[in-house]
Amino acid sequence: MSQPFLYALVGVGLFVLGLYALIIHAHLLRKILAINVMGSGVFLMLVALAGRHPDAPPDPVPHAMVITGIVVAVSATALALILMLKVYAVTGQTALDDEKPN
Amino acid sequence: MSITNPATGKAFRWLVMLLLSAIGGWLAYVMLVLSRSPAGLGDQVAAQLNTTGVGNPVTAVLLNFRGYDTLLEMAVLLIALLGVWSLGGLADYQDTAPGPTLDTLSRVLAPMLIMVAAYLLWVGADAPGGAFQAGSVLGAAGVLLQLAGWRLGDCFSGMLLRVVLISGLGLFILVGAGLLLIGGAFLQYPPALAGGLILLIETAATLTIGATLAALFLGNRPGLGPKKADPEKTEPDHGNQHP
Repeated sequence: MSQPFLYALVGVGLFVLGLYALIIHAHLLRKILAINVMGSGVFLMLVALAGRHPDAPPDPVPHAMVITGIVVAVSATALALILMLKVYAVTGQTALDDEKPN
Repeated sequence: MSITNPATGKAFRWLVMLLLSAIGGWLAYVMLVLSRSPAGLGDQVAAQLNTTGVGNPVTAVLLNFRGYDTLLEMAVLLIALLGVWSLGGLADYQDTAPGPTLDTLSRVLAPMLIMVAAYLLWVGADAPGGAFQAGSVLGAAGVLLQLAGWRLGDCFSGMLLRVVLISGLGLFILVGAGLLLIGGAFLQYPPALAGGLILLIETAATLTIGATLAALFLGNRPGLGPKKADPEKTEPDHGNQHP
């Protein structure tokens, strides 16, 4: 079992954990955090697989994707947080209501 | 409000766990296969690196080989900021007076962070670094200053701020269109000019990323005119911070 594979496995674990939290929790902040954990898992998988050849330099293409991905994830999180705060300001709830459509 | 969804019973949770472990196992198998596969783009990047104008393969991929991708990511940043602004920000945002420690620390740290950002930007041509890292550091400096109570002056928060926010994407598109005009393809740099053009784009992108991240943190849209004392975001290249 190689070292990059172990790191990629940790990434898979983070992704699955985040997906579980995303499904189970109703609180919107927890959902946003869960998506961020999922994203971190994906980044970890990409970076780990980029270095899978021990004697060659790491593959720069996944690294470039991760660098831009992190910044984009931060901005998407900011947008999601503002949306959540607006939902809270309008409904007084921090979760989306399944029952009544309004 | 309960932490978990009240509708999710125990049976549902076990079902979710079961399905997710199946997904996890499948992904782990994919990782195992991928970690043994010899395919990769590293060799192709290394073979073409001397035509890109930069020595760092990650920067070469970001700004040259996949420049179109990076351009669209700058657009995503701008659209996210527009989304936050058009939602109206937070009405009840309060300024808090910082303690003496935070006040002093932020005065020491902010110039250092700006210097680090400039270094990262410059070194990104040949070593790990580049526009996104430098922009993140600038954004962190802006967030720190906002937490310490500093606000951008009114004369900078109007048109100038918006020009900085759009300059990264705008310059990127302008360079691409200019290359189109002189006979190349969109964002296909001639090797002789590539280094300079990439540095130019990266400088604008750094300022834009830093300003956008700091503005996203604040959430409020600053007023266009110098009349309103709106809570404000920072803009590091004009930053003389006086809380």
